[in-house]
Amino acid sequence: MVPLLIPLAPLAAAAVAGVRPGRWTAPLVTCAGAVAALAGALRTVLQVATTGNPLVPLRDVVGVDGLGGLVVGLVALVGTAAAFFSWGDLDVPDGEDGRRRLRRYYVHFNLFLFSLLAVPLVLDAALVWIAVELTTLLSVFLVGFDGTRESLEAAWKYVVLTLMGAAIALLGILLFYWALREAGGYAFTWDGLRRAAPRMPPSVLVTAFLLVLVGFGAKAGLVPLHTWLPDAHSQAPSPVCALLSGVETTAVLYVLLRLLPVVGASSGARADVWVLGFGLVSAGTAAFLMIQTTDYKRLFAFSTVEHMGIIMAAAGIGGPVVWYGAVYQIASHALTKALCFFAAGAAHHCTRTREMARVRGLLHLSPVAGLALLGGSLAIAGSPPFAVFVSEFAILRGAVAEGRLVPAGLLALFIVVAFCALMAHVTPMVFGRPPSSGTPRIPALCTLALVLVALPVVALGLFTPGVVHGIFRLAASSLGR
Amino acid sequence: MPVGPLVGALNDLACGAFLLTAFALVVVRQVQECLWVFVLQSVLLASSSFLLAVRLRVPDLVAVGVLTLAVKTVLIPWLLRKTVQEEIYARRELAQLVTVPASLLVSLALAVGAYLLTTPLGTATVGAGRANLPIGTAGLLVGAYTLAVRREAVPQVIAILAMENGAFLAGVAVAPDLPLIAELAASFDVLVIALVMGLLTRALHEHVGTTDVATLRTLREEPAPWSPS
Repeated sequence: MVPLLIPLAPLAAAAVAGVRPGRWTAPLVTCAGAVAALAGALRTVLQVATTGNPLVPLRDVVGVDGLGGLVVGLVALVGTAAAFFSWGDLDVPDGEDGRRRLRRYYVHFNLFLFSLLAVPLVLDAALVWIAVELTTLLSVFLVGFDGTRESLEAAWKYVVLTLMGAAIALLGILLFYWALREAGGYAFTWDGLRRAAPRMPPSVLVTAFLLVLVGFGAKAGLVPLHTWLPDAHSQAPSPVCALLSGVETTAVLYVLLRLLPVVGASSGARADVWVLGFGLVSAGTAAFLMIQTTDYKRLFAFSTVEHMGIIMAAAGIGGPVVWYGAVYQIASHALTKALCFFAAGAAHHCTRTREMARVRGLLHLSPVAGLALLGGSLAIAGSPPFAVFVSEFAILRGAVAEGRLVPAGLLALFIVVAFCALMAHVTPMVFGRPPSSGTPRIPALCTLALVLVALPVVALGLFTPGVVHGIFRLAASSLGR
Repeated sequence: MPVGPLVGALNDLACGAFLLTAFALVVVRQVQECLWVFVLQSVLLASSSFLLAVRLRVPDLVAVGVLTLAVKTVLIPWLLRKTVQEEIYARRELAQLVTVPASLLVSLALAVGAYLLTTPLGTATVGAGRANLPIGTAGLLVGAYTLAVRREAVPQVIAILAMENGAFLAGVAVAPDLPLIAELAASFDVLVIALVMGLLTRALHEHVGTTDVATLRTLREEPAPWSPS
């Protein structure tokens, strides 16, 4: 029963924020809704991890297994932190105009969170497509929230390219349904698709998968349809960036990772090489583009493209250790990227600029912001003792053990390039002589949000608790054939 | 007298006309005309689902057709007019990035490509819906091309809706018994697309002063001219 209630919490919060958009009520109910969703998600994950069985409250429609539980947990955790950060960070004028902006922000924030939670909870593939489409439509106005020329441009590119991708993916989903009908008598769920796969026509299966890969790849930020991503992920308010970059891309990638084993289960169809190719090209392109960024939020946005590429490549390489590493990477990327964007938000709060060249000596200006930015960058670049190091190491180790030396070597190269780019840009921002002006104080709620995501980023780098290991193992097994 | 072949032939006709409307969307020169072509295309999509409902004996498709008519020929034009009124009624030439003959050639090539792409998938929906899959795919690809060459906001919105029409035209043949709840949700989704993009167009009009979205090129990697480097 609990999985059904998880997305309803932000939905209720959206309704309250719409009716009473007060300076206190709107953020308060948003945080309460997010915390309730987080509690429900943790309970569900705990139950799935300890029993090892999926929870299915509505047969063939709503359910949670290892991979779904992992994504629900990540969305709820990042969503909660983003709700607190919004409360501390969002600055609106008094009066009617401010009320309108508060209403617009918090209603869309909660609806966006609702759609993100729905993606991993829904089992029916056609309904998942609609949930993914809703994540775009409900976040457009958050991307364009500032109302500036740049933010509206970013919102337009975001909505046009991702909806175009979604239309292509729709044809793919409909072809999957056709293939399923040809096999006869299975439900249109991830599980049904996988069980029916051996009896599906392989040509239809591969065409369908490629359409979904291209279509949803555009939304997950895979090259060459990634161009909207650095724009949207840099123009939105920072807590929204954390949601977009941390978990929205993950939720879309989740759909692709659900369909990959369906193709793998068929005898005549292969899709790994496509997934591996898309992944490597994305990781490589993004790593080199990171060198020439001038805006620190764009730097982190390109890093998202790189990480999506790494996870896709890992899913394409295959093998138990690599799958485990890919799942670990999903979790570590989502949390670390949220940390990076919260740190970027804190830096923006202190300096009021997004240009890297104009930020110097952040550590002296505001130790919290400086430390968060440095730690977040080191963590996302993959240095120990943070979570991304463990997951990337597992992927590379597994790939070498599988004998896939070329992809492993390329991935290692891209990771090193990205590391250098991140450090070259961030070090001068953090150290050096501080400017004379700036706001040194970070709102307490923003610091709370930073701590909320920083703790698991460090903890998962040092050890993997039993429950977390259990859910990772279950999730990795559903990536296997 | 057997009605089956007649219904099948009528469906082929509807699909053929659908492809023509996809081409027309690439070349028409006014926003108002774009909208009318889209309405016509949606009527053709609805007729194809009615015809296939008879041919494949799937009563659900009647509901799908009625939904299509209600949402795409009534609600969406109404919504677009509500949100971006002055844009729709502006009687002016639409700028294109590519000349009309070149665009038509590309669209034709895309249609042939769609046919070649879908032929190897087999003829599982024998007879009645055989034209739907290739022409739906062609509608999808030509729609994507329209999206790329249109400079204005409203024609881009219509291009996205036309892409979805293409996917649905293929869908009524390959997935005629898709659960109605999914069809309902998809119609709702299309409505939200029109609403969201209409409101965003209005915001662009208000804050940026243009809906010529091709001029939106501020966000890129080169350092801004005012930055000290």
